[in-house]
Amino acid sequence: MSETITKVDFREIDKILESYDYKKSYLIAMLQRVQEVYNYLPEEAMTYIGKKVEGLSPATVYGVATFYAQFSLDPKGKYEIKLCDGTACHVRGSMPVLNAVRKKLGLSEDKKTTDDGMFSLNIVSCLGACGLAPVVVINDKVYPKMTADAVKIALDTIINEEKGV
Amino acid sequence: MSEDKKTLFIEGKEVEFTNEPNLLEIIRKAGFNVPTFCYRPDLTQFGACRMCVVEVEYPNGRKMINSSCTMPPEANIKVSLNTQRVRRIRKTVLELLLANHNRECTTCEKSGNCELQQYAEEYGVRKITYPTLQPEDMKEIDNSNPSIVRDPNKCILCGACVRACKEFHGHAVLGFANRGSKTLVQPMCGKKLSDVDCVFCGQCQAVCPTGALTIKSDVERVWDEINNKDKKVVVQVAPSVRVAIGEMFGLKPGENSIGKIYAALRKIGFDLIFDTNFTADLTIMEEGTEFVERLTKGGKLPLFTSCCPAWVRYLETHHPDMLDHLSSCKSPQGMLSPVAKEFVPKYYEGYNKDNMVVVSIMPCTAKKYEASREQLTRDGKPETDYVLTTQEFGRMIKSAGIDFKTLEDEKADSPFGEYTGAGTIFGASGGVAEAAARTAYYLVTGENIADNDIKPMRGVDKSSRSKSVELDIKGTKVVVRVVSTLSEAEKAIQEIKNGTANFQLLEVMACPGGCINGGGQPRSCDDIKVKEERAEGLYAEDKGMPLRRSHENPDIIRIYKENLEKPGSHIAHELLHTTYSDKRKGTYLSVGE
Repeated sequence: MSETITKVDFREIDKILESYDYKKSYLIAMLQRVQEVYNYLPEEAMTYIGKKVEGLSPATVYGVATFYAQFSLDPKGKYEIKLCDGTACHVRGSMPVLNAVRKKLGLSEDKKTTDDGMFSLNIVSCLGACGLAPVVVINDKVYPKMTADAVKIALDTIINEEKGV
Repeated sequence: MSEDKKTLFIEGKEVEFTNEPNLLEIIRKAGFNVPTFCYRPDLTQFGACRMCVVEVEYPNGRKMINSSCTMPPEANIKVSLNTQRVRRIRKTVLELLLANHNRECTTCEKSGNCELQQYAEEYGVRKITYPTLQPEDMKEIDNSNPSIVRDPNKCILCGACVRACKEFHGHAVLGFANRGSKTLVQPMCGKKLSDVDCVFCGQCQAVCPTGALTIKSDVERVWDEINNKDKKVVVQVAPSVRVAIGEMFGLKPGENSIGKIYAALRKIGFDLIFDTNFTADLTIMEEGTEFVERLTKGGKLPLFTSCCPAWVRYLETHHPDMLDHLSSCKSPQGMLSPVAKEFVPKYYEGYNKDNMVVVSIMPCTAKKYEASREQLTRDGKPETDYVLTTQEFGRMIKSAGIDFKTLEDEKADSPFGEYTGAGTIFGASGGVAEAAARTAYYLVTGENIADNDIKPMRGVDKSSRSKSVELDIKGTKVVVRVVSTLSEAEKAIQEIKNGTANFQLLEVMACPGGCINGGGQPRSCDDIKVKEERAEGLYAEDKGMPLRRSHENPDIIRIYKENLEKPGSHIAHELLHTTYSDKRKGTYLSVGE
């Protein structure tokens, strides 16, 4: 994991908690708002919520955050890769594409963001573009009919662009 | 009883019921039993393990499988406990749990004490038909603290520990993380227990049915010391051990076996045997004096008792701003060790500071942590060298081949072996306050309290976890608050913070009911009556003693005369009092501060 973790602004978190009256029943909404701010749930923010909201503890907040797939505990990369593994993409070969991305970027099931913070990888269920399967979306750009080789070229292009800048 | 009494049938037997919360309670009351991992009568029901399933036939003939711990009782149902269907389900549950379990039974700390092992044996599980846990799937064991070991490879996700932590401690240190087959019980982000606000009370491991949470054992290290000819091993036994250890040898809960304990300790090879009850009396002298001084001369009130190390750590991590409320007295364990090391050489030949080892036998896992506190060291060495829980001591007796039940009663050694009834009742919630009241009354008025029994302070069941008692010390009104569990303590603290507290003394024990139900006691989480019986055992000993007030203990009078001058003296402060520190900074609780 990269150590360049986002600096959490606790006044910002307090504002969010205050808007929900510090009530534990709003935990999921609180976490969603925090994720909107930071793109992920920083550990310090979860701890802070756990100790500030009555009836919760850091362990409980962490439990909720890791239960729901909507929450990310890893910071998002500069390039956010969404790889579709819906039914259509799956049968048309999304798995080789996934393996190629992971291998190329040194990621795994547990490690979703590269150490340099450049790329993060998320598997999603359907992007609504089944006719283009298998689909990969990097930030807002759609890469249709991907193969292991094609995705490597796409990633290399981005990496080279970044180097050139 | 109202006319519309309701009945149901268990295994064909008609059973009456009233307001039992679930079918499982009725089954047990009626003299039957079903296996369970997750149901603990002192905790909320959870319905996680599915071992307590029974087959229920409704009056309309419909048959259903239900988990008895979550099913509200209904009239006229017929309950079968051991049908083929039910047995098959239980066996499948066991097999699935075992498939996912590190089955190193013989070398497991919980071996012989483990419900998973017990039921697997009872149900004759001899083969696991599912793919089993592989070495590469094993998770790291948390061995980070002196009290409790957490081994996720033996967790069956019954959630008993999570509920105990939440309901007793108030701020669940343990929680479920992840989802589905990846679910784990752990502190936040998989941190170590020593890095979070765990107070080491051990209630999590007391309710844990398997080896996932266990007591960190010091038995072998103590045997090494006993077998070392150059060492003199001095031992002390805590109040509540005497009414619980017998359970490991077939005696009834609450049966006082202190005479047998002394005899067993001598047989094992301890050189001198003292009783922590003696320093419980000493604690009362010091703490009573401190309380009366704060009361009469003006000092921080309410005064908090400081005998419970889990409570002390809770205050240090959660409310470091309130440490000046805490009595500066060490706990009875903390007092006996330095007193022994300092004064035993005066009374016994061949003993000196360097060759003495002090072992304490405690009902408590947090006492192991207490012994490791920096403030409780002298010349760089811990004052208490080793702490064994009641369970570990019981195992020592067994491995030494001692027939505990038939032992002849023996006595403790002088001069730290005499105690009064006030020292004994330290082991139950309310006991410290009651003992303190008896002596404080004397310190203030010069007379003895009319009735030694202050019954409103007593009671260890779920409904007695917070008690407020007003005492009239010849016109001076003192309100004492007695709480057990830290969630009740937190409520008392909030009263102080918001200005509504009306009490001057706060007694806190972290375990529900006090030390008699400590995390190191023989396992009894299935039976809520056990702790009540243990408490009765302590109050019975107190009632039967010729001396029931700490200030009348002849050895206490002697130790002050010969060694400690008077309560609160310089030497008493050096040996018997301690300091506390802000431990919040070491944990995640300081985030954002």
